[in-house]
Amino acid sequence: MPPKTDTTAEPTPGAGGHSPPTREMFYSEALNEALRLEMERDERVIVIGEDIAEHGGAFQVTAGLLDRFGPTRIRQTPISEIGIVGAAVGAALTGLRPIVELMYVDFSGLAMDQVVNQAAQNRFMFGGQARVPMVLRTQGGSGRGNAAQHSKSLEAWFAHVAGLKLVMPATPADAKGLLTAAIRDDNPVIFLEHKLLYRTKGAVPEGEHVVPLGQADIKREGTDLTIVTWSREVLFALEAAGRLAELGIAAEVVDVRTLVPLDKGALLASVRKTHRLLVVHEAIKRAGYGAEIAAMIAEEAFDELDAPPKRLAGLDTPIPYAQHLEKSVVPQVEDIVAAAKELVG
Amino acid sequence: MTIDRATALDLYRVMRTIRSFEERSTQLFGENKIWGTIHSYAGEEAIAAGVCAHLRDDDWITSTHRGHGHCIAKGADLGKMFAELLGRETGYCRGRGGSMHIADTSKGNLGANGIVGGGIPIATGAALTAQQLGTDQVAVSFFGDGAANQGTFHESLNLAAIWKLPVIYVCENNQYAESLPVKRAFAVENIAVRASGYGMPGVRVDGRDVRAVHEAAREAVARARSGKGPTLLVADSYRHEGHYYGDPRKYQTKDEIEGWRKRFDPIADARAWIVADRLAGVADLDAIDLSVVGEIDRAVAWAEEGPPASPIKLPDDVYAT
Ligand SMILES: Cc1ncc(C[n+]2csc(CCOP(=O)(O)OP(=O)(O)O)c2C)c(N)n1
Ligand SMILES: [Mg+2]
Repeated sequence: MPPKTDTTAEPTPGAGGHSPPTREMFYSEALNEALRLEMERDERVIVIGEDIAEHGGAFQVTAGLLDRFGPTRIRQTPISEIGIVGAAVGAALTGLRPIVELMYVDFSGLAMDQVVNQAAQNRFMFGGQARVPMVLRTQGGSGRGNAAQHSKSLEAWFAHVAGLKLVMPATPADAKGLLTAAIRDDNPVIFLEHKLLYRTKGAVPEGEHVVPLGQADIKREGTDLTIVTWSREVLFALEAAGRLAELGIAAEVVDVRTLVPLDKGALLASVRKTHRLLVVHEAIKRAGYGAEIAAMIAEEAFDELDAPPKRLAGLDTPIPYAQHLEKSVVPQVEDIVAAAKELVG
Repeated sequence: MTIDRATALDLYRVMRTIRSFEERSTQLFGENKIWGTIHSYAGEEAIAAGVCAHLRDDDWITSTHRGHGHCIAKGADLGKMFAELLGRETGYCRGRGGSMHIADTSKGNLGANGIVGGGIPIATGAALTAQQLGTDQVAVSFFGDGAANQGTFHESLNLAAIWKLPVIYVCENNQYAESLPVKRAFAVENIAVRASGYGMPGVRVDGRDVRAVHEAAREAVARARSGKGPTLLVADSYRHEGHYYGDPRKYQTKDEIEGWRKRFDPIADARAWIVADRLAGVADLDAIDLSVVGEIDRAVAWAEEGPPASPIKLPDDVYAT
């Protein structure tokens, strides 16, 4: 069994005391609320994708939106990934603010030309004449027995393309706040959810809630090492930090939230405090985004480090099917505990 | 299919401008002033001219790697186009895009495209915007015979048909996709028959006759504008030059090229019927030719005066703020 995932998000530090009222909700509900509020706020916002109408999306993120906004704004499509993403690019170029729901990130290969050669580059190629305010929402990750074609973590693909922003929320509150910011952003934003986060619960601010892109969040403070992570591994890291505390190790957990643009300042500040870096992600280690973070810290804060930066990540393998095998290839809580102990010890 | 004098001369002027633009770019390329690659639209002018004559500035087009003609027909500034080819800050894309990415969003040109078939879904999305916002704008996607075999063609035509989007798909069948002749790329002789598989009209026109293109496009644009949905328009055509500047054309014979060029020239064709129908005289047409050359000269001179493209500025060049 995966660790308990109904971790309640801590209120964001530095909120100035006047935290708005919150409501407990699932991550999928938080996303749904962001969609609903933004669609109410701006009629140019539309959702386009497969099975998003009556069915409410493969993960229920668009549940109820058809009734509220009708079939032209909740535009259900045939199975045509590049056609859908390309139509969103064209719509974004001409005045709409489309949100594409791509059922699995594993299908993004089918649409990749429109993401990489069109959406990401239009502004640049046209010398600033164009804006592409679209969001490509999709989900990835393992843990549900969906096997190799429905379980990947492909954030490194998108991080390597100039012109995209890349967001991976871990908590319901961040899911709502970051999706709101992504919809309001004038650039193409890749918004990667995790299939095992949809049914996690947390306190989510009521009403308008915006988490600006490009700001990491310290999910737990500590002084002995910095664990930098994102998406579902944030929950694992928090649980690991709890166990480490019992062993007398104070781990700081930094959730990057936005991989592009990356909040370098927050990461550097944390490492300057703890002098040790552990990067954790579910995606395979080779050429993973953790390498980018480790290299960045090594380049910019080498003298601050008391130990070499360490990466803990998925094995260089497709995701296997059997439950015990699936768990064996991506970092689990005990793996994080072990890696942290080794780094500190 | 009667056409009045003003329309005939407008169409002629646009076609002549495209031809002269291509001739001058070819010359500039030969002088090593243009970097990279250019693809000449010579021979295919009637398609862009005939279709764009029905478009307003707020209608959209998506174009291709062979995009100069579409750009001009949609009303672009020739100086800014040349400046782009010359890598100047004053170019449409400030030297960041070049021939294969010229866009003029002020005139609804959503860009040339270096990806074969890349513009087809984008035009479809533009049409979605028009439908969603309840305007009467239309979108036109120009693409080649080669692009008609891309997956984007299939997905986009189906989406447009089920949603009745105001979009016109204009397939320019210039007989080749780079070196591949259409005969070896299609098992059907008439690409327009594909339209029926999507549930939209498929119309085949003679891309040499700007009147025929103009007429077919009128109907397709009217259909789109009035909410009746998309059309596939296939124009038979021929590119006079190689696939790109410097193409050795090993896949063609000299006889073929010379025969087609003579037989298939929309500009010579237009001169003939304009004179025969007494819409204008040879002297009027020559005067247009002369004035176009003057316009091209001035555009090149203006472009050459522009400063070189400014250094890349990050993140502003890449990200909107
Ligand atoms: C996706 C993609 N595949 C291949 C190419 C290389 N390429 C550029 S143009 C071209 C031929 C395109 O033929 P067609 O669509 O008929 O347009 P034409 O050049 O004849 O105007 C090819 C193969 C490309 N640019 N993009
Ligand atoms: Mg061709």
